[in-house]
Amino acid sequence: MTQKITSRKELDILQGKFREAVKKEPVRILVCAGTGCQASGSLKVWEKMHELAKDTDIVVEFAREVWHPHVHKSGCLGFCEQGPLVRIEPLGVLYTKVTPDDCEEIIESTVKKGEIVSRLLYKNKITGEECFNQDEIPFYKGQTRVVLKTCGTIDPESIEEAISVGEYQALAKALFTMTQAEVIKTVLDSKLRGRGGGGFVAGKKWQQVAGQPEKIRYVVCNGDEGDPGAFMDCSIMEGDPHRMIEGMIIAAYAVGAQEGYIYVRAEYPLAVKRLTLAIKQAEEYGLLGDNIMGSGFSFRLHINRGAGAFVCGEGSALTASIEGKRGMPRVKPPRTVEQGLFGKPTVLNNVETYANVPQIILEGSDCYRSIGTENSPGTKTFALTGAVRNTGLVEVPFGITPREIIFNIGGGIRNDKKFKAVQIGGPSGGCLTETQLDEPLDFDSVKKLGVIVGSGGLVVMDEDTCMVEVARFFMEFTHRESCGKCVPCREGTLRMLEILERIVAGNGRMEDIDELRTLADLIINTALCGLGKSAPLPVVSTLNSFLDEYIEHIENKRCPAHVCQKLKRYTIEPEKCKSCSKCARGCPVQAIDGKPKVPYVINQEKCIKCGACIEACPFKAIYVA
Amino acid sequence: MGRMIIDGMPVEFTDEPNILSVIRKSGIDLPTLCYHSELSIYGACRLCNVEDERGRMFASCSERPRDGMSIKTSTPRLVRYRRMLIELMLASHHRDCTTCVKSGDCELQNLAKRLGVSSVRWGYKERTHEKDFSSPSIVRDPDKCILCGDCVRVCEGIQGINAIDFAHRGTDAMVIPAFNKSIAATDCVNCGQCRVVCPTGAITINTNIRPVWEALADPDVKVYAQVAPAVRVAAGQAFGLPKGENVMGKIVAALHRLGFDDVYDTTFGADMTILEESREFLELFEKGGPFPLFTSCCPGWVSFCEKRWPEFVSHISTSYSPLQMLGSVAREYYADPANNEGKKILSVAIMPCTAKKAEILREDLKRDGKQNVDYVLTTEEMITMIKRAGIRFDLLESEAADMPFGMGSGGGVIFGNSGGVMEAALRTLCDGPERPAIEALRQSGVRGLGALREFTFSYKGNEIKAAVVSGLAEADALLRRIKNGESFYHFVEVMACRRGCIMGGGQPGHAGFRTKEARKHGLYESDVNTQIKKSNENPTALAIYDTLIKGREHELLHSHRQH
Repeated sequence: MTQKITSRKELDILQGKFREAVKKEPVRILVCAGTGCQASGSLKVWEKMHELAKDTDIVVEFAREVWHPHVHKSGCLGFCEQGPLVRIEPLGVLYTKVTPDDCEEIIESTVKKGEIVSRLLYKNKITGEECFNQDEIPFYKGQTRVVLKTCGTIDPESIEEAISVGEYQALAKALFTMTQAEVIKTVLDSKLRGRGGGGFVAGKKWQQVAGQPEKIRYVVCNGDEGDPGAFMDCSIMEGDPHRMIEGMIIAAYAVGAQEGYIYVRAEYPLAVKRLTLAIKQAEEYGLLGDNIMGSGFSFRLHINRGAGAFVCGEGSALTASIEGKRGMPRVKPPRTVEQGLFGKPTVLNNVETYANVPQIILEGSDCYRSIGTENSPGTKTFALTGAVRNTGLVEVPFGITPREIIFNIGGGIRNDKKFKAVQIGGPSGGCLTETQLDEPLDFDSVKKLGVIVGSGGLVVMDEDTCMVEVARFFMEFTHRESCGKCVPCREGTLRMLEILERIVAGNGRMEDIDELRTLADLIINTALCGLGKSAPLPVVSTLNSFLDEYIEHIENKRCPAHVCQKLKRYTIEPEKCKSCSKCARGCPVQAIDGKPKVPYVINQEKCIKCGACIEACPFKAIYVA
Repeated sequence: MGRMIIDGMPVEFTDEPNILSVIRKSGIDLPTLCYHSELSIYGACRLCNVEDERGRMFASCSERPRDGMSIKTSTPRLVRYRRMLIELMLASHHRDCTTCVKSGDCELQNLAKRLGVSSVRWGYKERTHEKDFSSPSIVRDPDKCILCGDCVRVCEGIQGINAIDFAHRGTDAMVIPAFNKSIAATDCVNCGQCRVVCPTGAITINTNIRPVWEALADPDVKVYAQVAPAVRVAAGQAFGLPKGENVMGKIVAALHRLGFDDVYDTTFGADMTILEESREFLELFEKGGPFPLFTSCCPGWVSFCEKRWPEFVSHISTSYSPLQMLGSVAREYYADPANNEGKKILSVAIMPCTAKKAEILREDLKRDGKQNVDYVLTTEEMITMIKRAGIRFDLLESEAADMPFGMGSGGGVIFGNSGGVMEAALRTLCDGPERPAIEALRQSGVRGLGALREFTFSYKGNEIKAAVVSGLAEADALLRRIKNGESFYHFVEVMACRRGCIMGGGQPGHAGFRTKEARKHGLYESDVNTQIKKSNENPTALAIYDTLIKGREHELLHSHRQH
């Protein structure tokens, strides 16, 4: 049975104790257990390491029970591209793409002798240098890790490690040295803005909730991250759940809430597992529940799993879903701060927003504002995906340019292709083109470019990407995820999708472009909720930047990126064709004709663009245009 | 309190809950498809969007009026959007409009015409779902649904039934019973309020017009009709007559022209219900309980009680509803060869109610396995028949209902209002000088607008605690309080529909506040104009106790409901 912490001093003592315990460990092996690395097999690496480490006599056992396994699963390190990642402390060496077969060598060389296994080090793609530790890798060099500071360096399933690195100190500071109003003022002064997409000033929300006459209040965390390709919140919840929970407790203290809910997608089972564990541990230590740290303040936290509807990321749909109702946005006013969950005033912030709070309380709002820009202070995590060399989770200060993220941190475009666009803000955002890459990335600047920061998805697209298809993809997503309540979103997205499908199939008409713009205008101006209002943005943004591609699809029935299946033309180069007839025999619809010694020809009318002929041709005589 | 500018005109507002109400008060009929003042704000149709001076657009149904606000309701942009919204709705709507039962009365169709939607750019929706004919009262046609959610909110918020709700997402979204069961397999009580608020043909009345036409044309069948009180104050409007005007005389004339051999007044049945129910109550009162006694006239309520509060079923009066009273007594009457002229008898009831269509099928109300009433036609169906026959209703000379069941008391006629049954029952208990006693009862609290009205009535020095409730969600709350011992009553009147039968599920829709008030006053006015005020003074009703049903009251006038 864990002793509950009953004063701030006890927390300090425990922190010291845990820090010593961690220090005493001669070698710590941290295997990244983020979802990305797990997918590339990191759990097998962990098992192997664990097994090997058991027989390794370097490990010092502690007087207490062994609650510190010497091989740890860590949270997401971010560099998913190179996973599974293994970090060896205190050397600080970072191994990439580790397989179970490498484990023995790591134990033998690095753990036992302190020697580096250089083939597992990351090699700088440009200079070819081996990067010994994390900071030398260009991917990490350009980042400012505040929210993700301890994500990847501690075991997310151990509250002791979290306490050892100073987590829950901000809570203690708030509870014992600050009034509720002071906490709100600090957060207000920090100009912390909601990281979920809208960028609303978090302190203002808190202030409004605190000012409500109704005394029963709720603090809710939106962990319903649903943008295609986004996994920032997932990584925080999985990698450092205590930081976010601490932020929520501070928020609860500031607004006088007694109960809180974390709404997590059910598709994030690992996040659910770790949050559940973290809540249990925090309760055991008296950091959650009744009379937190003896301060007299009580707060209980519950986890609510979402059933996978994208729209449940919208505030009122989310609270409806927690209440057990259909996840459907409702009209506002009343706003969530007035009548949110169960009709009570509710602070609803995103995972990353809460994770920023401890930092602000601990170091003050001035310190926080020193990072980022004037009106968008702090950092933002982005899920960098797509045609970029280094995909993964990155955290950068606001004001950085997209070019820095893509070309410095991301290492540029994969396979040396040409950059075409980067989609920001997921299905509610739009794309930035080459000419917009040097604009600062912050809430207000990107708005001027017609896109939003959103929750932080960055999908990089190269010259092989068809922008009409991208627009169609996002429209299909929002159409599918529309809750079906308001007419413009439900019916409008359907019709826009139909038009886009028509265009990529080569049946578009020039009027379709006007029709797309008309429908987009209607939906943007009349839809009920944020999801609906922003649903047409990917189309608007591609229409603005890549109109020529649309026209090419419609007028010339050609997809410049050779992506749209129905617009592909399979042709046999007469010079290369040896009239072997393999293609004709492989064609499932008898679309290829030919005679001996005469080059074969594909009948375009009959061709179903299946690609069987290309595979059948031994002379590479067939090409797609 | 404040003043706002609507389309350049200053408009005062007081306690209007939203800008939409202020706009409508100012004389502009802003279109909506999902707004009903009695239901929760939904904000789905987006037709009520307005623009403020900065060009910001918002739905006026969900925004509070603010002093000094200036808005425009029909800028070219707003009109364009509204047209497109209707166009989008039509695109996903099964457009067999010309042959749709709702044609001419469809709010979507009307708005399309009003807003000038002359073509639909996008697809044509084929029929993709089966119609649901499982209920004797309503027909569901999901292909006509525009997902305004009115039915869902009336079923949940006003009636507390939750028989239907949204399922699926996006364009797949549908309003269906849980697990896509048929509506008959749910807790639906057939009140028909969903069809009253449905703007399109997605929920309509399950009509019985055809068999009635056939019987009317058959020389070997004698068809008689009875007309419920609430029908007479709701039918006139459809023929251009003033709202709420009592048109019973014209209805009788029209039904005669349609071929009904006899036309009776259900008010007669209502008087019989009161005779039986008040006797039942007095017996109970003298015995000292168990209380409360619930009225039995409303089939929606009886069905609700059976489904949700079975422990209270034994508290419901066993007296027949007025429709059954008249049906049962008329059966005895027509059993006499002198009255049936050797023909088969078909009994039709013209009702404001869709639940009556289910009531006549109930086993406990059948005698010798036979229904007392063969068909229930709603007010809407009767209007349809009159129009179909080309009868110029407005020009008809009034005719009196046929005897012996053509006469009712003032108490019987107010049955159609919430509180009417209670008032009629208590009238029979009034002692002393008649007029002042009736007036005192009128003022006691039995009348009014509230969904729940509680009052006391003094009877022979004893206090009767009574309650009148309309709307099943309100009734549900009342029953919970009674069960928990928080409330006590001797006598409770429950009507499933808010305001009673005048707003029943079979009444013409599109009834706003003024129409509802007019119907209510129409019935109270009829009472004023009636000489006989008390049911127990209706001479024809009293007479049959000594003749037709002598000694068989319990067999002929009471349900043998199981509980």
